[in-house]
Amino acid sequence: MPILYTSQDQIEVYRFSLPTAIFVPLAALFLQAFVPLRFPGFALLDLPLLVVIFFAVARRSQVSGLLTGAVIGLLQDSLTHHQIGLYGISKTIVGYCASSLGVKIDVENVGARFLGTAFFYLVHQVIYLVVARGMVQLNLQWSWSHEVVAALVNALVAVFMFAGLDRLKQRA
Amino acid sequence: MDNLLSRHRNVSILVAVLFAQVLGLAVQVKRSANAEESRLIRVWAVSAVTPFEKALVWTQQTTSGWWHNYLYLRGVRAENRDLKQQIERMRLEQVRLSEDAEQARRLQLLLAFKEKFISKTLAAQVIGSSGSEKSRSIYIDKGSHDGVEPDQAVITAEGIVGKVLSVYGSTSLVLLINDQSSGVGVILEKSRLQGVLRGSATGQVIVEKILNDETVQPGERVLTSGGDQIFPKGLDAGRVAKVSPGKDAFLDIRLQPAAHLSKLEEVLVVTKVEDRSPTPSEVASPVRAIDILTRRLPSVPDKPMETGPAGGTAQGTGNKTTGFQSAGSPKALPAGPNSSTPTTAKATPATAGTAAGNQVGQRIAGTVNQGDSPKPATPATANSRRANPSQAKSPSLGTTQGTPEPATSATTPNKPEQIKKTVPSTPNDSGGVVSNPEPVSNSGLKPTASSGAAVLSNEVKPAVAQKPVSPAGSAPDQSAKPTNKQPQPARAPAEENPQ
Repeated sequence: MPILYTSQDQIEVYRFSLPTAIFVPLAALFLQAFVPLRFPGFALLDLPLLVVIFFAVARRSQVSGLLTGAVIGLLQDSLTHHQIGLYGISKTIVGYCASSLGVKIDVENVGARFLGTAFFYLVHQVIYLVVARGMVQLNLQWSWSHEVVAALVNALVAVFMFAGLDRLKQRA
Repeated sequence: MDNLLSRHRNVSILVAVLFAQVLGLAVQVKRSANAEESRLIRVWAVSAVTPFEKALVWTQQTTSGWWHNYLYLRGVRAENRDLKQQIERMRLEQVRLSEDAEQARRLQLLLAFKEKFISKTLAAQVIGSSGSEKSRSIYIDKGSHDGVEPDQAVITAEGIVGKVLSVYGSTSLVLLINDQSSGVGVILEKSRLQGVLRGSATGQVIVEKILNDETVQPGERVLTSGGDQIFPKGLDAGRVAKVSPGKDAFLDIRLQPAAHLSKLEEVLVVTKVEDRSPTPSEVASPVRAIDILTRRLPSVPDKPMETGPAGGTAQGTGNKTTGFQSAGSPKALPAGPNSSTPTTAKATPATAGTAAGNQVGQRIAGTVNQGDSPKPATPATANSRRANPSQAKSPSLGTTQGTPEPATSATTPNKPEQIKKTVPSTPNDSGGVVSNPEPVSNSGLKPTASSGAAVLSNEVKPAVAQKPVSPAGSAPDQSAKPTNKQPQPARAPAEENPQ
């Protein structure tokens, strides 16, 4: 595997074992569906999105990132009552952008992960809203305060979650 | 072309994947009427996730039950004692509410009002959620195998929860009422304003479509109106938490949902709802609203009866025409055993209401005023007293001294034994329902010293209830058979049926 470089530091490309690549997204989907029943505040998180961002940034492959986002997004869509594809499109774009960003800059440090996750969360929500309103005619409302708070919470959780998932990375 | 694609391979793949999903979305939107087009992937996803959720829920409940039922029993005795006290309080409240419910049933029967009754429910366990704030929905562990169908209401003991959206084999997807795409027809309990309940972007429950110029008080209860054809009417939706002027001339009403939507564990799926009117057998009280109305409408007695000894007396003085005569009856009112009516007939319209109330009062008194203690002026008598103050001033005259105005009350032959005896009554109690200490004939009428008009004893043996007569003069209803009833709060017929 090629090792990519930025202007300053060496950026490594990682891969994941097949069980990790399968069960981590499924676990995220499962937790996202189950935990909010016991802890309603958990619904503020979007664990599948965090997993998409993590895999996309770690693999640093745009194709891999967008496919990961598409699959996880479609699975997440299938658990909702909306049309399938809303989360799929949003996470596909986020996966592509996250992997593109991972190629360009170092997103291994905490600050970059925090800001990057918050940014991608907002991008994800905007894309979802645009598609939902523009294509499916869903009457969804937008609350800036709610989305910003959710973005910060997700970013904070992502910092710790990514630190844990780093143990599953294998150097390519 | 190949060169272009190979140079922009990643972007090409991105566009292709996005295009495929957009195409899939377009197909789904086009076939929105048929929700089966994307069923396969949903079934796969639900089948993959729900077994784990079910297993986890089962493990959690088993562990929790083992802990709480066998180990952690601290404070159970005190809690048991408190609950028993609470049961006693609720029993008392239930008695009061049952009276109101019976009255409501009578009025519903009167109006031939069809009501939706929840006749069958299915308990279900909440096993999961959509996990998205954009889609506030839950999964339950009952599906088509258990008889669950789409668009069935889901409730808890506290209030409404949502409706069944999608049904799978052993699971179902329930759309919560705080989802943005939900909509429930609701009505405010006091102001009777109707609106639409739905969810906001932040998961709050709001009521829309109530104009700004309406007055809505925080704390007011919000009930389902039944207009959505999903939730039966009258289920608790929540309480108004905050009211503020909103956009587009509508109030912004925030609701505190009755059901704990964020902590649902068990729910009830309403699998069967019946449209039916309350049957007469459901009306426990011997007095039905339709009987009350019957007494007030002009009608012809079932059959003419011979004028008894009290007949002339019942007709009173010659210039005091009975209500029947005024109403066009050429013959003298058949008096005799059933002559609570002449008293009624001689009254002014207001008094007639009193007399009707008297009749009903007998009926109600039969159930309300047990024993010999006269009831303090019932609303009916109070009403008559207001309408005709002279009656209040002259207890002995009672309803018999009214001017010969047409009385609108109907008459129904009563059995002689229905009026048993006369008991003294206090002067305050003689507004429209005159009592007399002197013995009366078995007709219940006696000539008064002043006018010779018939005076009706208001005291009826409690166990006796008149046979109700339908407006068409049909056979009396069996529910009006004489019964021994416990004292009930007096309900004024005049109030129940102002007309």
